[in-house]
Parts: sequence; structure tokens; C-alpha cells
Amino acid sequence: MEKSIKKYWPVFVAPTLVAFTIGFIWPFIWGIYLSFTKFQTLKKITWVGLDNYLRVFQDSTFVHAFVFTALFTIVSTLTINVLAFLIATLLTRGIKGTNVFRTIFFMPNLIGGIVLGYIWQSLLNGLLYKFGMPLLALSTTEGFWGLVILMGWQQIGYMMIIYIAGLQNVSPDLIEAAQIDGATRWQVLKHVKIPMVMPSITICMFLTLTNSFKLFDQNLSLTGGDPAKSTQMLALNIYETYYMRSGQQWKGIGQAKAVVFFLIVVIISMVQLRTTKKREVQA
Amino acid sequence: MMDKSAAVGKSMGEKKKIANTIMTVVFSILSVLWIYPIIMILFNSLKVESAISTNRIFELPIGDAFNGIKNFVYGISEMDFLSSFWYSLFITVSSVVLIILCCSMCAWYICRVNSKAAKAIYYLCVFSMVVPFQMVMFTLSKTADTLKLNTPYNICIIYLGFGAGLAVFMFTGFMKSIPLEIEEAAMIDGCSPLQIFFKVVMPITKPTTISTAILETMWVWNDYLLPTLVLDIKNYRTIPMNIQYFRGSFGSVQMGPMMACILITVLPIIILYLICQKYIIEGVVAGAVKG
Repeated sequence: MEKSIKKYWPVFVAPTLVAFTIGFIWPFIWGIYLSFTKFQTLKKITWVGLDNYLRVFQDSTFVHAFVFTALFTIVSTLTINVLAFLIATLLTRGIKGTNVFRTIFFMPNLIGGIVLGYIWQSLLNGLLYKFGMPLLALSTTEGFWGLVILMGWQQIGYMMIIYIAGLQNVSPDLIEAAQIDGATRWQVLKHVKIPMVMPSITICMFLTLTNSFKLFDQNLSLTGGDPAKSTQMLALNIYETYYMRSGQQWKGIGQAKAVVFFLIVVIISMVQLRTTKKREVQA
Repeated sequence: MMDKSAAVGKSMGEKKKIANTIMTVVFSILSVLWIYPIIMILFNSLKVESAISTNRIFELPIGDAFNGIKNFVYGISEMDFLSSFWYSLFITVSSVVLIILCCSMCAWYICRVNSKAAKAIYYLCVFSMVVPFQMVMFTLSKTADTLKLNTPYNICIIYLGFGAGLAVFMFTGFMKSIPLEIEEAAMIDGCSPLQIFFKVVMPITKPTTISTAILETMWVWNDYLLPTLVLDIKNYRTIPMNIQYFRGSFGSVQMGPMMACILITVLPIIILYLICQKYIIEGVVAGAVKG
């Protein structure tokens, strides 16, 4: 059978492979090449070696964006996962209206990042005004927490769904056995439920970590980096370096930033998957 | 003794009942707060311009503030909303159909053919899922320009290329578990590989097809940066591009029509979600388990 399928490769593989080459492989390789060059248009490209990479770390906006993104990622990953897990445990107890609540909590996830950002910009500015505080565009701290709130609103429902699926797979026998042995609620949670849903935790941590780190749309629409680029995250910083700055060195530096960004994302994902995978137990 | 334990049991049951009622109330309040941002958009889309300013944003659309559906009419005509809607719809449907068709075929090939090339494609697909879009945004848009893949009618090829990773990954995950015997039986009956794929493999793969289609739809419909960089913004604007185009340009932004457009962007998604929420939620769970 394998042989006859193999003959059909132009039908089965070629379309995806061609598109994948156009849409990913070629731009990726070309992108790595351009990060070592200086160019304004593609007609004149000069090789500059590692120069762009040195300049990446001299650019204070990039370093700031990195710190801001890292902080944001830690805070939002923790809040989203803790709250999503908490809501998931409460919504697997069979209280009335559970289905309606799940439906509502998941809903914001379907709204696109740009629209989300503008909805929350209006809402948060209205609230800040009520309490006599400076508007979003004027305060870095508020921009930070605004992003955390927005991200939570969007992602908690999604993660909650995954946690609920995980919790429903925990056999009630195990919990009952623990209770008969005299385990308190907290002990059941810590020693039975959490180890059993570790695969869900792995995947939710992975998703929230990478989503937060790569955040772009929401950042662009909620704060746009204001005030003075101080709420700019890495993705937005790269975009801005590429398309908003004049001077022919910036495109190459932007591409070098993108390569650094890519490497950081890969490292974070690998480290995270390794550490949480280790804690998974077999049922 | 018997009575006492029964009484304890009863009071325990009652306690639980009360606790559950309290939880229901707490969650009801939380749910209302949770959808409040959407309600706020609805209210503001019905208000006159002067009542949408930051200090009056929480006011209800009553009395002087009420503006009827003027904002909707103005927003739709002024922002050329209908053509944006059409572009978004066409791009999403064509891309998702193409991704599902091509990637499921590719995934089956990867599963059934044991060659180095097939393995290489698979690992490249998995790899592509981790790569942030900023890494390829410039080179991808230039490539699309060169190949003239920069209109809403053929941008689906770009989406197929950049979205292939997730789809191939999800399909191979499922197809590996299909027993080989079924396909071999079909082959003995004289089916060609194409017939086997469409008549035997695809029907079995239906749940994964639905999950993948949902995940890809959510991505393409809401995507902002890729179409912005690939399409010519003067001629073609998808919905997210349109919102950013009008809201992002500082100065004379009219908030009323803006709110109206945000609402009509969000509403179809919410309605679609309420209709097929079972599939969406299953899709999310399936996607997570595979990932």
C-alpha cells in the first residue's frame, strides 16, 4: 500500500509543501540571512555580519521591551492559570447553571485582539476617569495592569475549558479513596487532583506563556506602546523598528531582533515543557 | 443512633445545598460582570457622540443620549464595513477549506509513507508552530508581493503555508491511530489511494476536521498583522484592519460609529458560538490534548 500512496505524492503532499515553502520555509531562511545585512529596499543589500545583533542589545527600547514582556508574561501566566483552575474546580461540582457560566466565561476568547483592545481601552479609561486617575495612555503601570486584565478576560475561559476537561478525567474513586483515608479538601486538591491534571497544566502553561510572550494585537490597540514606548512589548517593538523608524539600518536590526525573539520563544517553550512534563504522573 | 446519623446526613446535604445556591449567585454576578464589556459596547453604540466621551461612557442610552440606529447606518456606510465583512468572510472560508483539504492529505501521506522526506516535513511543521510571526513578517510579505499573492482572493495560499503547521500536526496525531487494516481492505477491493482517502479516511477523521477547522477559523478571522502586511490597505481591508485603520488614526475618530462597528463585528461570532458551542469547546479541548 505504501508504494501506491507514494506514487501519488504530487496530489497529497505537493500543494501543502509548495505553500509551506512560500509561506514559511523560504521567508524563514531569508529572514535569517537578512538579519546579517543592512537594507532599505531589497535592491541594495549589504552584508554587515554580526553588527545588527550587537546593536539589538544597545537599543534601550528593546531591552526595556524585553523586561516589560517578561514581567507581563510571568504575571499574566500566573493569574490566568490560578483563576482558570479555581473556576474550573468550582464549575465541576455540579452547581446550578454550570453550563451557562462556562459558555459566558469562554466567550471573550472568540473576539479578536484588535477589537478586544479597543473595547477595554474605552472601559478602562472610563473607570480611571471615575476614580480621578490618569488615563491609560499616560501611565506605564496602568498600561501594564490593563494588559494583564485584558489578557485574563480573553484567556481564562479558554484555559478553564481545558482544566475542566482534565478534572473530569480524574476518577471519582481516587478522590473517594483519599477522603476515606481522611484527607482534607486541600489535601485532595494538592495530592490527588493537581497531580492528575498535570497534563492540562502543562498545556495551559505552554499556551499562556507563549501567547503572552508573543502578544501583539492587544498591545497595539490597548496602549500602542504609550506613554513613550514604555508599554511596548517585544513583538510591537520589532514591528515598530521595522516599519516606523527611518534610517536604513533599522530594517536589518529589526530582523535581528526578530531572530533573537524567536530564539527566546523556543528556549522558553522547551524549558517549560521539560519542567512540567517531569511532574506528570501515570494514572 | 440511626436517627442521629440520618439527621447529620440531612443537615450535611442541606449545607451543601445552601453552599451550592450561594455559588450559583456568586457566579451569576461574576458572569454579568464578565459580559459587561460587550453590554457596554452595545449601550454606547446606541448613544450620541457627546455621550460616549470618557466621562460619560457608563451612562445608559436613554433620554438625550439615545441616538437610535444612526451610528450603525453611518458606521456601515462610512467605514465601508460591508466590503470588509466580505473580504474577511471570503479569506476565512477559502483559507480554512484549503488548509483542511491540503493538510489532511499531506498528513495522511506522512502517516502512511515511511520515508525521510515525510518525516522531515512533519518536523518542519511542528517547528513552524513555535516560530513567532514577527520572524517572517517582512520576508513573507515581500514573497507574497513578488508572487502576486496579495489580494483577498489568493491570500489563502499564504494562510495555507503559515497555517499548515498546526493542521498537519493535528491530523497526523489522529490519523496515526486509524488501524491500517481498514485501508488495506479498501485497497484489496480495488480503491485507488485517492478513493481510500476520501471514502475511508476522511469520514473517520471528521471530529479532528471539525476541531482543526474551528481553531483555524478563529485564527484567520481575527488575524490582523498578516493581512495588513500582505494586502494593499488602500484597496482591501479585513474587519480587524478596518477597525485599526479608523481607530488607530488619531484625530477625527467618531466613537459612535466605531462602537457600532465593533458590535457588528462581535455579534456574528457570538451567535455562531452559541449555535455550535459544543463543537467549539470540543475543538479547543481536542486541540489542547494533541498539542
